[in-house]
Amino acid sequence: MSDAREAILRRIRSALGDGNAPTQTGDRQEIGREYRRTDGRAQDTLVELFCERVGDYRAEVQRIASAALEDALTAAALRSGGRRLVVPPGLPAEWRPAQLELVPDAELTTAELDELDGVITGCTVAIAETGTIVLTSDAHEGRRALSLVPDLHICIVQASQIVGTVPEALAQLAPVVSAERRPLTFISGPSATSDIELKRVEGVHGPRKLVVFVTEEPP
Amino acid sequence: MTVPAEGFPAAASRELRNRQLRRNLGQATSTIRAKRANVVAEVPDWEQLRAAGSAIKADVMANLDSYLLQFEQALTAAGATVHWARDGAEACAIVAQVARAHGVSEVVKVKSLTTDEIALNESLGREGIHALETDFAELILQLDGDWSSHILVPAIHRNRTEIRNLFRRTIAPEIDSDDPAVLAEAARRYLRERFLSAEVGVSGANFGVAETGTLCVVESEGNGRMCTTLPPVLVSILGIEKLVPSFTDLEVFLQLLPRSSTGERMNPYTSLWTGVSDGDGPQELHVVLLDNGRTRVLRDEVGRQALHCIRCSACLNVCPVYSRTGGHAYGSVYPGPIGAILTPQLIGIENAPTLPFASSLCGACYDACPVKIDIPRVLLHLREQAVEAVDKPAERLAMGAAAWVFRRSDRMRLVQRLMRVLQRPLVRDGRIRRLPRPLSAWTRTRDLRPVAESSFVERNGSGAARR
Repeated sequence: MSDAREAILRRIRSALGDGNAPTQTGDRQEIGREYRRTDGRAQDTLVELFCERVGDYRAEVQRIASAALEDALTAAALRSGGRRLVVPPGLPAEWRPAQLELVPDAELTTAELDELDGVITGCTVAIAETGTIVLTSDAHEGRRALSLVPDLHICIVQASQIVGTVPEALAQLAPVVSAERRPLTFISGPSATSDIELKRVEGVHGPRKLVVFVTEEPP
Repeated sequence: MTVPAEGFPAAASRELRNRQLRRNLGQATSTIRAKRANVVAEVPDWEQLRAAGSAIKADVMANLDSYLLQFEQALTAAGATVHWARDGAEACAIVAQVARAHGVSEVVKVKSLTTDEIALNESLGREGIHALETDFAELILQLDGDWSSHILVPAIHRNRTEIRNLFRRTIAPEIDSDDPAVLAEAARRYLRERFLSAEVGVSGANFGVAETGTLCVVESEGNGRMCTTLPPVLVSILGIEKLVPSFTDLEVFLQLLPRSSTGERMNPYTSLWTGVSDGDGPQELHVVLLDNGRTRVLRDEVGRQALHCIRCSACLNVCPVYSRTGGHAYGSVYPGPIGAILTPQLIGIENAPTLPFASSLCGACYDACPVKIDIPRVLLHLREQAVEAVDKPAERLAMGAAAWVFRRSDRMRLVQRLMRVLQRPLVRDGRIRRLPRPLSAWTRTRDLRPVAESSFVERNGSGAARR
């Protein structure tokens, strides 16, 4: 509908006046950004804050030494009745507990994904102030459907991935979007609804259970 | 989008008699108000974020044509197909065409006010395509043929027992509890099959990034992720005002929106996608850019700021009018203070002349607005237009007479003396509670102060007033 395109552009230019000429990139205004870009607190304080804020969403969250991670992953999965878990192709070996049945994502159909109990992923960046983890479909996170269809999501966050503020996270994510065009998913707690009488119910369509482990060292 | 001919006052007085509505709404608005106040108070730079949000949106409107062209170019480069729609009918036709091209009789839908505005579901229905609402509240309304009363929690006027009975009649005959968790589980089971097998998803968008072609959907339940990730084909419809210039600008809005809307630090899920990603999500993406009256709003330099709205609904929750009448009284997809300024501009003031008056002008909406839309100012501006658009001869005559009286002090004094005599039978306990017809229309909802026994000047002498 190129007619519609031309008509809408014409209407906009006419509404803006200025002789109905097209606006140029040079007309754009510099935006005053007086808000905080960084948090500035010590990393350990931010890690504590992140854990507290994730906990506020009624997600399970635990700081853990890398050596103890495998057992903790197994226990967390079994506690939620998770035996068969899908894993993205690039998930590090240290994050693949031997005691669980792990199903690699080799182009599983959505129906096959729906049969699985859960998923283990990493993340790209995490935001302390809002208790948010961000996935970017990287190799250790997998495509978006993996962290969506199964009912249990276990996410491993490395302490060094935690930033203080939303602007700090977006600064890291900008190249992922502009250069690689990868999709992003911001996750803050399990899926939820408050649609009936404003009573909060955790777990509607996305994973009803979110477990977050924060490890100190990268694998 | 249609506004009932009865107008706001008649619709509001009907809604006010609905006790369940008033109870639910009073509770909901006060709860969300308190949550919002808490999470806003913990952000030390909230005012700076508001200022930036307002400036970014003002820049988008001032350069809308070039941002749209940039957005189109970025989307096309990322593998999406961009469509432009002058009005709702054109937008609906594009969605129907995509659905028909894939031979589907059902599409799964994310909650979207924009698609409500253009009555997409009804339009697709006429083409034999069922648009399945997947947001919990929207599903409830769709199953019952009801419509939204709040931007954020559309079914807030319904209670759990009504919803259980509705589910028994429709999607879950076996259900025996009215526990919201059980009802949500029933919706999950009902929709899961549909998500897994859907061929075409339809969404709106909270933001579109001109620089990168990125679309953003902010939600809580995960139905938005389902609809934008699982079906092989996705159609996203957004009003042309939904753009932000750069990806970095989202750092402002992703802080402002969740805290203003649900009163959370961050909503459970925010999805951002940039065109088509190989092996991840839909492999066919259509983006529909919708005008439908927005360029008309852009034309008005005062009213234009209504286009800055990010649909958070904070102004509804703080509004003393909305929190009593509810959304249905506004007869518009966009209720509350923002609806009172947006709807008349989108569809023409002559088609919604009562909406700009649905306000006490207390200004709470302006304080709450995360992008600083000066709603009271636009309300006054639209009231002027409404007076000009709809001729009321009696009102015009009365105002003319008042102007004639006020013009000279001797006339004023004469009328004051006259009124002191005429009002005597009407004054009770220092108030006039009821005027004779037709002036009774005014005192039906207000008390009138009688004309004072002596005026300021009479009491103090004309010299006192001058000093």
